[in-house]
Amino acid sequence: MSLRSPLGRVLGLGAAKEGVGHWWAQRVSAVALVLLTLWFLAALLRLPQWSYDAFGGWIARPINAGLLALLALALTYHSKLGVQVVLEDYVSHKSAKVVCLIVNQFLHVALATIAVFAVLRIALGG
Amino acid sequence: MTLSILHRITGCAMSAGLLLFVYWLLALAGGADSYARAERLFAHPLIKLVLAGLSFCFFYHLMNGVRHLVWDTGHGLERKSARRSGWVAFLAAVICTGFFWFLVLRRFAEVGA
Repeated sequence: MSLRSPLGRVLGLGAAKEGVGHWWAQRVSAVALVLLTLWFLAALLRLPQWSYDAFGGWIARPINAGLLALLALALTYHSKLGVQVVLEDYVSHKSAKVVCLIVNQFLHVALATIAVFAVLRIALGG
Repeated sequence: MTLSILHRITGCAMSAGLLLFVYWLLALAGGADSYARAERLFAHPLIKLVLAGLSFCFFYHLMNGVRHLVWDTGHGLERKSARRSGWVAFLAAVICTGFFWFLVLRRFAEVGA
């Protein structure tokens, strides 16, 4: 028998007070990615050709630059969350796990930042 | 079901594939010369194979991801329907991958992209 109150259980917060946050973030970013990735593939197929000028001209349009930056952010965020779960499941050594999780976080934040700066550079004509 | 581990494998493969996506953006941001270098890399048969593999990873992860989202609503969890939807997701991914490259090749074959 659990000593926790029904309300405490159903809120699902636990000691860290963040409970289902990761789970929700993964789902919400997944839904965002369904839309953004399909938009991206459709846009790629509609371009007249795949060349420096064609891609550059396409990204120069603010709506494309904005959605592409969003795509990069959603991809790196969802990727970070997914790899995190895999590391938590398969890296059993405790301190190695912490190091892996930190490296995972750093790499994904770096990728997101670089990608967004690249999109801005292309869009604003560096 | 053996297919469930594929969700993680394809996800991890695409996490690595993110490097190619960001490299592509960086090459575009770096100007015409840097993009020409990237174009040569992407033209390499090995990289083309990787891209083809990543496209299958994408479609499988997409289909199976939708399957997971449906499960989250509490539907389709019985063994029989879960098994069936697993195969539907896999076949849909194969078909979508084939159809996508058919469209790409039909559109860009003459450009050599």
